[in-house]
Amino acid sequence: MSLSKDEPVLRLQHISKQFPGVFAVNDVSLDVYPGEVHVVAGENGAGKSTLMKLLSQVEKPSSGTILLNHEPIRFHGPQHAQSLGIAMIYQEFALAPHLTIAQNMFLGQEPLRLGLIDRSTEIQRSRTLLKQVGLNIDPRRLVSGLSVAEQQLVEIAKALSLDAKVVIMDEPTATLTEQEIHELFNVIHNMTERGIAILYISHRLDEIFRIAHRVTVMRDGQVVATLPRAEIDEKKLIRLMVGREIANLYPKPSTTIGEVVLRVTGITRAHVLRNCSFELHAGEILGFAGLVGAGRTELARAIFGADRIDAGTIEVEGKKVRIKSPEAAIQAGIGYLTEDRKRDGLAMNLGIDQNITMAHLPVVAGILNLGQERRTALQARDQLRIRTPSIRRKVEVLSGGTQQKVIVARWLETQAKVLFFDEPTRGIDVGAKAEIFDLIGKLAQQGRAIILISSYLPELLNMCDRILVIREGQIAGAVEREQFSEERIIALATGAREIEAQ
Amino acid sequence: MKNIINSSSEVADQPPIEEVGASFTQRLRERLVDVVAQLAAGGALIIVFIYLTFASPVFLTLNNLFNIVSQTAVTAVIAIGMTFVIITSGIDLSVGSNAALSGVLGVMLIVNSGVPWPLAILGGTIIGGIIGLVNGLLINAARLSPFITTLGMMGVARGLVSIFTNSVGVYGTPDDFQLLGQGTIYGIPIPLLVVVLLALLAHLILNRTRLGRYTYAIGSNGEAARLSGIPIKRYLTLIYVIQGLLAGFAGMIASSRVNSGQPNFGIGLELDVIAAAVIGGASLFGGQGTILGTLIGAFLISIIRNGAVLLNVNIYYQNVIIGVVIWLAVFWDQFRRRKFAVASR
Repeated sequence: MSLSKDEPVLRLQHISKQFPGVFAVNDVSLDVYPGEVHVVAGENGAGKSTLMKLLSQVEKPSSGTILLNHEPIRFHGPQHAQSLGIAMIYQEFALAPHLTIAQNMFLGQEPLRLGLIDRSTEIQRSRTLLKQVGLNIDPRRLVSGLSVAEQQLVEIAKALSLDAKVVIMDEPTATLTEQEIHELFNVIHNMTERGIAILYISHRLDEIFRIAHRVTVMRDGQVVATLPRAEIDEKKLIRLMVGREIANLYPKPSTTIGEVVLRVTGITRAHVLRNCSFELHAGEILGFAGLVGAGRTELARAIFGADRIDAGTIEVEGKKVRIKSPEAAIQAGIGYLTEDRKRDGLAMNLGIDQNITMAHLPVVAGILNLGQERRTALQARDQLRIRTPSIRRKVEVLSGGTQQKVIVARWLETQAKVLFFDEPTRGIDVGAKAEIFDLIGKLAQQGRAIILISSYLPELLNMCDRILVIREGQIAGAVEREQFSEERIIALATGAREIEAQ
Repeated sequence: MKNIINSSSEVADQPPIEEVGASFTQRLRERLVDVVAQLAAGGALIIVFIYLTFASPVFLTLNNLFNIVSQTAVTAVIAIGMTFVIITSGIDLSVGSNAALSGVLGVMLIVNSGVPWPLAILGGTIIGGIIGLVNGLLINAARLSPFITTLGMMGVARGLVSIFTNSVGVYGTPDDFQLLGQGTIYGIPIPLLVVVLLALLAHLILNRTRLGRYTYAIGSNGEAARLSGIPIKRYLTLIYVIQGLLAGFAGMIASSRVNSGQPNFGIGLELDVIAAAVIGGASLFGGQGTILGTLIGAFLISIIRNGAVLLNVNIYYQNVIIGVVIWLAVFWDQFRRRKFAVASR
């Protein structure tokens, strides 16, 4: 390798990007060294993603220079950045699902022979590259048949094929299981061994401490600090990201647990859920833990009537209810805040007010009461501290945390007694997270029954009174708060205990 | 919200309510976006209108304006329904065939079955509604896409017209039947009155009723709407029925205009109708559209067609002009959205 480890491979000097009215990136200078994992951390809107787009030449900087191996690089679009050795692994993968792995890996740089695509070379080279990222699959398979994790590794292999010197990864673990994350980190480690620099964007604090050599924290488009891993801890990182102290990330209030509100017996859905039974009490926060794909969301959706069930009964406050649709669930007093706000939570081009009243329109004989709608929305804005200049504003322009509050407001409006929160903090700033948890706690205090689904164990361990662990569509066990421990829950989630017992 | 979420908080130092400082200009800007959107099509309408007034001595005569209005009425009535359909992110390609079938069958009710003409108008409208119902059921019960469903219906209804008529016009309606398409009340053309009344009603439904709100919600995010407890299939079916009723009624207006049932009526009409809605700001991706915009779009197309005839522009060029207008309208719509990124309704 021609590069010395002491010379930065990539230098950003006073880079700015101005959009009409705002500096998305403001005078950022940053050095990236070969073989390091350089984490860029910061809240949503801090400018991380824009900075990466400037690097991968998706966007053109307004001012400043980027040096690659001491040479200033010119702006010629993403293809040019790739040819220079700067590769970007996107959050949403840029692979064509109907092409094969090999075709995807050599898209735009197909090996030719006599003007025709040389398929055998393509396949052979793909196989070698896939091996380097630990993927042992046939490159002739279609991308559409791969798991998310496999697709990601294909993207990385593609970056390797370009002889990348800098690989940018934007929240690569967002949809991966713990095992897959582990494998990804191994691949990252191998790449850094070979002198490749990794720029890694992440929200998840635990991850940052696992793989970072250095961390750059951004806030409001500027770099607040660049520190080696050894000089930061969780508290300091949060303070740098948020710009203020957060006293308690998980403000769990003490609640009095009351009567059984929801009793679920023998819920079964072919190939997805098997004989799930549990009880939920007023004022209780019950966690659903488990691996990605274990059936947590599926169980919530089944109870809510979003998916059909094949067997099982549901009782609300002692009365048996037939839930065949979300409509019926809402009537029975159940609410469900979906995992993916954008995909199935919000009507993006409608206003905050219209989104809030969506599940409970103020109507008389089919005619809307617009005054009532406005009052409801204003009240929700004040109570949930929804920060907006106007309640008629479209929700698509709001931050993730604010959007989440809009959905919470919608469900409070239905007077639901049972509320499912499915990954309520996904894609939300640290500051807004604390607010959402504060809110969940207060709802429990008022006697509502809460089910909290999360892939991030500390959230469950701190917020819940009891945790149900779900594995392969079944309830693998329940753990009371006094017995909470990460090991116990992981053991139940993975079935490790059973293996031990055998 | 009855249960108050107390805002005293363990979360330290909430930042102040953000963005309030910029709110006035921001709000002004958001309002502007609205106005500008309708201005574009409306402005184009006014400019073309003024231009034709000077360019052709015939254009601004009562006779010609009457002509434009009654020509536009058919398109506009169907386009009112299409606005609902497009807001739900659907499409109805069968409206032209539907209007032809309903118009012909309505006339046959008068001629062959001796039904009084006012009842026959109702009958033709209901036939249109039945076609809409079949569309709605195919989309929501058989889960075909709106495009495929209505593409099929376009062929089925057109075929039925030929089967019923042997592709020959149906004549023999009483002169009174012409009232709907050609009559006046106090000098105001009845087709114009019909369009204005239907448009007002549709505007109120879209903005002031549950049906209207759900139309936007379903188009903006169908899954979110379903998970919010909205029975989306029922509402979608209803919307296709409404579209069918309007197409059937428009078919009767068309028959009344020529005082007969014409099997070849409405070929390609669906494209004008869709163009009217799109020029008026409706988005084929759903969630967006207004009745006023659609009306402006319908009249813009009519006036361009009318002007082209008056100015002796080759008929082939008319279609080129309309096509370019569609491009410009959609281009403008996307441009302003990008420009005023903080859009609101």
